[in-house]
Amino acid sequence: MRLSRRVAALAVAFGTMFATVACSSSEEPGEGTKKVEVFTWWADGGEKAGLDGLVGVFKTDCADYEFLNGAVAGGAGSNAKQVLASRLQQNDPPDTFQAHAGAELSDYINDDQLEDLSAQYTEWGLTNAFPKGLIENLTVGGKIYSVPANIHRANVLWSNKTVLAKAGIAKDATTLDGFFADLDKLKAAGVAAPLALGKDWTQQMLFEALLISKLGAEKFSGLWNGATPWTGAEMTAAINDYKRLLTYTNKDRDTFDWTDAEKLLMDGKAAYQLMGDWEAADLDAKGFKDYGWSVFPGNGNTFQWLADSFVLPKGAKNADGTKCWLKTVGSATGQAAFNQKKGSIPARTDVGTDGFPAYQQAAMADWKTATQVPSCPHGSACAQTWQGAVGSAQGKFSSDGDVAALQTALASAAAEFGPKK
Amino acid sequence: MRHRRRTWIPGLLLISPSLILLAVFVYGLIGWTVNLSLQDRHNARPAKGYVGLDNYTKLFTSDINDRFTHSLKNLLVFTLVFMVGTIVLGLIWALLLERRAKAEGFWRTVYLFPMAVSFVASGVVWRWLMNTGEGDNAGGINAIFHGLGLGFLESPWWTDPDWGMAAMAVPAIWQLSGYVMALFLAGFRGIPEELREAAVVDGATTFQLYRQVLFPQLTPTILSALIITGHMSMKMFDLIMSVSGAQWLTEVPAVYVWQTLLTRDYAKAAAISVFLLLIVAVVVVPYLIHVNRSEKRS
Repeated sequence: MRLSRRVAALAVAFGTMFATVACSSSEEPGEGTKKVEVFTWWADGGEKAGLDGLVGVFKTDCADYEFLNGAVAGGAGSNAKQVLASRLQQNDPPDTFQAHAGAELSDYINDDQLEDLSAQYTEWGLTNAFPKGLIENLTVGGKIYSVPANIHRANVLWSNKTVLAKAGIAKDATTLDGFFADLDKLKAAGVAAPLALGKDWTQQMLFEALLISKLGAEKFSGLWNGATPWTGAEMTAAINDYKRLLTYTNKDRDTFDWTDAEKLLMDGKAAYQLMGDWEAADLDAKGFKDYGWSVFPGNGNTFQWLADSFVLPKGAKNADGTKCWLKTVGSATGQAAFNQKKGSIPARTDVGTDGFPAYQQAAMADWKTATQVPSCPHGSACAQTWQGAVGSAQGKFSSDGDVAALQTALASAAAEFGPKK
Repeated sequence: MRHRRRTWIPGLLLISPSLILLAVFVYGLIGWTVNLSLQDRHNARPAKGYVGLDNYTKLFTSDINDRFTHSLKNLLVFTLVFMVGTIVLGLIWALLLERRAKAEGFWRTVYLFPMAVSFVASGVVWRWLMNTGEGDNAGGINAIFHGLGLGFLESPWWTDPDWGMAAMAVPAIWQLSGYVMALFLAGFRGIPEELREAAVVDGATTFQLYRQVLFPQLTPTILSALIITGHMSMKMFDLIMSVSGAQWLTEVPAVYVWQTLLTRDYAKAAAISVFLLLIVAVVVVPYLIHVNRSEKRS
C-alpha cells in the first residue's frame, strides 16, 4: 500500500514535469528591435559562403541592426519549409525568409502572409536595376512581394567536349532538329544514351526546355498565366518530341539524382545533360575541365530564370531591420558579394563582371539582353501544388510514355492549380 | 467500500499521465485530423466551411492520373508480396530450427538480427544493391549476376512499372522474416510434447505430424504474424523514401500524404491519412476483438 502510494506520487511528479517541459520549450524570438532573424536553408557549401558574404555587407550597411541566423538545414529546403509553415501558422514569422521568387510565392500571397514591397522597389531604384522581363514575372496583381538575391539559368545544355569530338560534332546545335541529328550521330558512334537525365524535377526541366523551343518564349510564359492552353495539337506534338528525346536518355533515369546524371557526363558515358547553371560550379569543384555549354537547342535568346528571394512577412517583429536587410540584398554590393560565392549571377544588370568565373560572366551578358521566362520545377512559374501535380504526371510518363495521359494530366493540373480566369 | 476506493485511486493516478498523453496526442489528434478532412482547407488560410465527404470522394473520382488509386495498387502489391514472403521464409526457417538444428541459438540470432536495423539504414544499402543499371553499367546484385554470366537474371528492380513494388518488398522481407521465424518458433515450442508423442505412437509420418497436429495449433501465431506484418506494410514510408525517394513509380498512400502536406493541401492530406487509418483499423480491430474474446474464454 505504502509502496503504491509512493509510485503514484512519482507518476504525478512525472506528469507535472511533462507539463512544465511543454510550457517552457517555446522558442525565443528576436528580442528587442535590433535583431533581424533571416530564415534560410543555406546551411553549408557555396550557399553558406554566399550568405556569409551577404551578412558581411549587411554588417557595414545596416550597423544599427544585428543579423540572427535562422537557417534550417537538410532536405534541400523541405525541412525548412515545414518549420516555416508552422511558424507562419502560429503567427510567429521570422523577420524575413528565403523563398523562390515568382509564382511559388503566390502560396504566401494568397494566404495573406506577405507585405507589398512595390514602394521599396521604387525607393531603392530596383525597378530600373532589374531587367523588365524579371519585373513582369515578379509582379502579382500589380504588386511585388520579394527581392531576388540571385539568378540562376535553367535552360543550359552541358556537354562533354571529348565525346562530342569523337562523334565528329564540332558545333553546338541551335535547332531541335539539329539536336536530334547530333544525338543520332552520337548513338551511331557508340554512345548508347547520349543525353544524361535524372528523376522527377530534372525531367520537368528537360520538358520545359523543349517546350520553349517548340512554342517560343511568349507562348511558353502563357502556359503559366493562362494565356496558352495545355490542350491542342501544338502541345501534343511537343510531348511526342519529348517522348522521342527520352529514347536518347539513360533508362534508369528515375533512380538518378542530377549529380548521378552529371557523373555520366563526366565519365563520357553521355555527351549532354540539361541542367541549371549551378552545374558549372559543381563541375569546377569536382575538377572536371572538359565541359562545354550552350543554351538548349532552339531556345534562342530565351533565359529561363529562377531565383532565391527574400520577403517581408506580415507581423515581422522588426520590419525596419528587415527592410534594411532587403535593401542590402537588392544592392549592387550585396548582390556581388553573394553571387561570387554562390555561383549564380546578380539579378541587377549594373553589377561589374570582375571577380566572376567565365561561365557567370557569359550568363551576366546574356541576362541583360535575353527574354526572361520562368520555370515551374524551380518555383518561378507555378505554385507548389501545381508543381507537385506536374512532377507526378511527369514521373508517370517516364515509366509508361503515354502521351495522351500526360497531356490530360497537365491540362487538369493547370485547371485545378493554375490561375483562375 | 472505503478500502476499495483507496486501492482504486493510486492505480488511476499511476496510469493517468499516459492516459492524458494518449487522449491528447493520439485520440485528440485523430479527431482533429478527421475534422480537418471534412473541411475545404486546401491552403494555409482558415477553412471556409465543411464539405462533407468531398475530399474522400475526390480521391477516387477526380485525382489527376488516378494518383490515389495508383498508390493503393502499389500498396496492395507491396503488402501481398511482403506478407507472403515473410510468412513463407519465416516458416521455413522456423521448421529448420525446430528440427533441433545444431547451434540453434546462433542461427536464431543470425536470422533475427536484420530486424535490429532501421528501415532507413537498410533502405540506403538496398538502394545500392538493387541498382537498376544493367550490362556494363550494372551495380549491386545485377553486377553479381552479370559477373556470374547470369545476365538474364538482371532486373530493373523497383523501376519496373508493374512489379516494381514487389522488388521494394524484398528489403522488408529480409528484415522481418527473422521476426516471423521467432513467432513461429515460439508457437512450435508452445505445443505440448505429449501431442507429438501421441501422434508418433499412433504411427503418424513426419508430414502428417506437421500437417494434422502441429500446423492447426499454429493458427493464432499465423494470425498474429499476418496482423503485425500487415499493419507495418500499410504504413510503410521510411523504406520507400530511402530506396526510391518520393516518386510516381513507388508512391504509396503514406508517401502521398507527405507530398500533399508539403504542398499545403491540408484537407486532402488529412483525408488520405484518415483513409489509411481506416484500412489499417479494418485489419487490426477484428483481431483485437478476437484476442480479447479468446483471452476471456481461457
